[in-house]
Amino acid sequence: MTGLTGLTIAAARDGLRQKKFSARELAEAHIAAVAAARPLNAYLVETPERTLAMAADADKRLAAGEGRALEGLPIGIKDLFCTEDVATTAGSRILEGFRPPYESTVTANLWRAGAVMLGKLNMDEFAMGSANVTSAFGAVENPWRRRHDNRPLVPGGSSGGSAAAVAARAALAATGTDTGGSIRQPASFCGIVGLKPTYGRCSRWGIVAFASSLDQAGPMTRTVRDAAIMLGAMAGHDAKDSTSAPIAVPDFEAACARPVRGLRIGIPREYRLDGGPAEIEALWQQGRRWLEAAGASIVEISLPLTKYALPAYYIIAPAEASSNLARYDGVRFGLRVPGESLEAMYEETRGAGFGVEVRRRVLIGTYVLSAGYYDAYYLKAQKVRTLIARDFASAFENCDAILTPTAPSSAFAIGEKMDDPVAMYLNDVFTVPSSLAGLPAISLPAGLSDDGLPLGLQVIGRAFDEETVLAVAAALEAAAGFSAEPAFLAGGRA
Amino acid sequence: MSLIEGRTGQWEVVIGLEVHAQVIAKAKLFSGAATAFGAEPNTQVSTIDAAFPGMLPVLNRFCVEQAVRTGLGLAAEINLVSVFARKNYFYPDLPAGYQISQYDRPIVGKGRLTLDLADGTTREIGITRLHLEQDAGKSLHDQHPHATFVDLNRAGVALMEIVSEPDLRSAEEAGAYLRKLRAILRYLGTCDGNMEEGNLRCDANVSVRRSGAALGTRCEIKNVNSVRFVMQAIEYEARRQVELLEDGGTIAQETRLFDAARGITRPMRSKEEAHDYRYFPDPDLLPLVLEESWVKEIGARLPELPDAKKARFIDTFDLSVAEADLLVAEKATADYFEAVAHGRAGKIAANWVTGDLFGVLNKRGVGIEESPVAAAALGELLDLIADGTISGRIAKDVFAAMAETGEGAKAIVQARGLRQVTDSGAIDAAIETVLAREADKIAEYRSGKDKLFGYFVGQVMKATGGKANPALVNERLRTRLG
Repeated sequence: MTGLTGLTIAAARDGLRQKKFSARELAEAHIAAVAAARPLNAYLVETPERTLAMAADADKRLAAGEGRALEGLPIGIKDLFCTEDVATTAGSRILEGFRPPYESTVTANLWRAGAVMLGKLNMDEFAMGSANVTSAFGAVENPWRRRHDNRPLVPGGSSGGSAAAVAARAALAATGTDTGGSIRQPASFCGIVGLKPTYGRCSRWGIVAFASSLDQAGPMTRTVRDAAIMLGAMAGHDAKDSTSAPIAVPDFEAACARPVRGLRIGIPREYRLDGGPAEIEALWQQGRRWLEAAGASIVEISLPLTKYALPAYYIIAPAEASSNLARYDGVRFGLRVPGESLEAMYEETRGAGFGVEVRRRVLIGTYVLSAGYYDAYYLKAQKVRTLIARDFASAFENCDAILTPTAPSSAFAIGEKMDDPVAMYLNDVFTVPSSLAGLPAISLPAGLSDDGLPLGLQVIGRAFDEETVLAVAAALEAAAGFSAEPAFLAGGRA
Repeated sequence: MSLIEGRTGQWEVVIGLEVHAQVIAKAKLFSGAATAFGAEPNTQVSTIDAAFPGMLPVLNRFCVEQAVRTGLGLAAEINLVSVFARKNYFYPDLPAGYQISQYDRPIVGKGRLTLDLADGTTREIGITRLHLEQDAGKSLHDQHPHATFVDLNRAGVALMEIVSEPDLRSAEEAGAYLRKLRAILRYLGTCDGNMEEGNLRCDANVSVRRSGAALGTRCEIKNVNSVRFVMQAIEYEARRQVELLEDGGTIAQETRLFDAARGITRPMRSKEEAHDYRYFPDPDLLPLVLEESWVKEIGARLPELPDAKKARFIDTFDLSVAEADLLVAEKATADYFEAVAHGRAGKIAANWVTGDLFGVLNKRGVGIEESPVAAAALGELLDLIADGTISGRIAKDVFAAMAETGEGAKAIVQARGLRQVTDSGAIDAAIETVLAREADKIAEYRSGKDKLFGYFVGQVMKATGGKANPALVNERLRTRLG
């Protein structure tokens, strides 16, 4: 069932250029796959007409020999990206019915590279969550199932729809966004590749803001090389985003072929969790050996402030979110619930429009910024953040990339960990530190858990050194030879 | 300094002003939208101003330049690193739910401004800081019985908040401060200072104390929209506080509104002042870093400001302090005066500008920009006086005719035959005509009533229709009467 939809971006690109199939055929196969994947609830909006129109345009260009980097390749878009005239909700009731009159820079870049839009992907509300259960439009189901256990699993979050769609072959690739792990953790849970670029590599313009100093768009794909190809199209300086870096976009795809021989790979001792699953630790050890076999050297490093990263993150991100989400007030767009007074309208609208996790974070954020608490929380968290960045900087004096697990566990069942927000927040323990430091990091599927679920390894690099990250990830990918497929593809939904 | 006489003794008023000055710029502070005043509601709004999801601010470099220019004009420190912060509060005309402002790291630090007081003396007032921030939109409560409409044209327009030290000691000083600040802003071209259009707004912090005592509790009077109202509001507020204190009460620190119709201040609803703004650095904007060389470049291109101009006018044109103050108060007036005075007697030019010209402008209620007599035309008139073509007295009539008709001085003199008579024969003839009918007065004059000389001059002038050269009339008459 996966013929055309099972291709990598690289293979589909080559197939189109060699006229083995048309963009239209590729599009139709994907439209069917998107429809077939509906039980996963990965797509919030399907745009088949747009898909076919864009594919038709791609076929014309391909026929003229003018195919661009992603010409004719069908992808899904996380619903955090504003897409012109296509409903954009950020997974929230409060933006129901909102059709942006503009296109985000990253998606505009993708369309300019010839990519074809399949639709908008489900996500945790305002990207707040690690299991894609906070979406106002229902949880997303992971296409994987445990061996001998048919309970539906979470795809991770917040880019859960993106991860599930790519894993289920309902898109060649998808965009994600990562604030504290929202690309990497769902990639790990769904057995795909997720790359969070350096903060500033991709423009944030037109992406619904969660925590502005952390949010970063990135590709979610089935191979490391695909991630490189897609990032090349997404990235670039954008004058409309003051935090976007005025740095040239290198040839990421070429970087995947770079040898890792001679690279020094750092293993941070603080990422070893007491009482963590042995299979995670084992995979991490395996990763070391693979890289050593490829000619890299392993160095023990220390990131002593790691344990403060999660608390600092859960101050900074909610603080920024509490301010970023103030614009959803019922006045200009989205949901408005009338009230007797202005205050009542605000309260009714935001009460009805925001889910419980969003409300929790807005409250936390408002609290930590309040007079009398600012210094103790927000200011201190910012200091911790600076020190964490310094930790990484000194670690990178002794290594070229850092290898860690992506998440402390494999995918868990929908319903698990739901009543304890702190347990949920712990999912981000390995991904948050590099987010706070703004560093590029990738998750790639490297093995299976004892009960048959994918496990990811994370590679963290220096700022704006995605190339080394990709090279290391490609080496790991080649060594791991991960080829397992989710139960959903085998029709394994009993 | 003026003290307030209370029942129990004298009180000193302490005033600090916060001025919001709209930056002259074609585009808003963080979006490319236009800033023109008076456009149809919501026609000058970008998706950034309306805080649509995913929209990001990009700093308008020209507004930064204007702020630096203003800082330099106020002899202030320019902070080469400053930070934009979010001031969070909910209001329908604040689309993002926060205002982008500057908090603990403003672009401009301490500066000063020299007050020109009515008695000709000056006094230095400290400037605490100047920072850049966005304006909010406008809530329209009078368009519908049950709904408020919002106009976002103004939302995102760049403002400079200019804060003074609590150095002002009377309503008059506050008025002088505002006028001087406005003059400086206009000279710099950084704010047009039009309070009616709301592009210069003032909040006044007022407290009272016994001379030499610690500062009293202050009240902030919000958004007063004319210099006169600011002065009225301060007068009222200071009296109110004195009375309250003398009656044994205490001043509550609060925000008050000036009710222009009743000339009083009254407390704002407490809800609106209970804000905790939760300032924090705006993560969408990097710290603003200025090149020192750029700041110097702006400094080198600064125009001559009122204080320097005043000194130069006094020095070059031999003007009095009062005259110079009048002439430099508005850049347009100073420019006009200089155009008239160029190559002419400055003192006379000053007399004409502050006398006859101001008279006509006041009568018509127009500014010097709309003067019916252009500077070049007034200069031409002064030349006719200087070369003896007309007398100073006739010149007044010619000026009135110029203002009336818009015609040039020469043309009016020509058409109306106002050329001064300098022909001694003609003047002698007029003298004879006058003296022939004034035999009695001649006798009185000769018997010692010297004052009658002036009467004879007047009569001769009258006989010549005012056109005779007064000096020549004097001379010939003196000879004739021996």
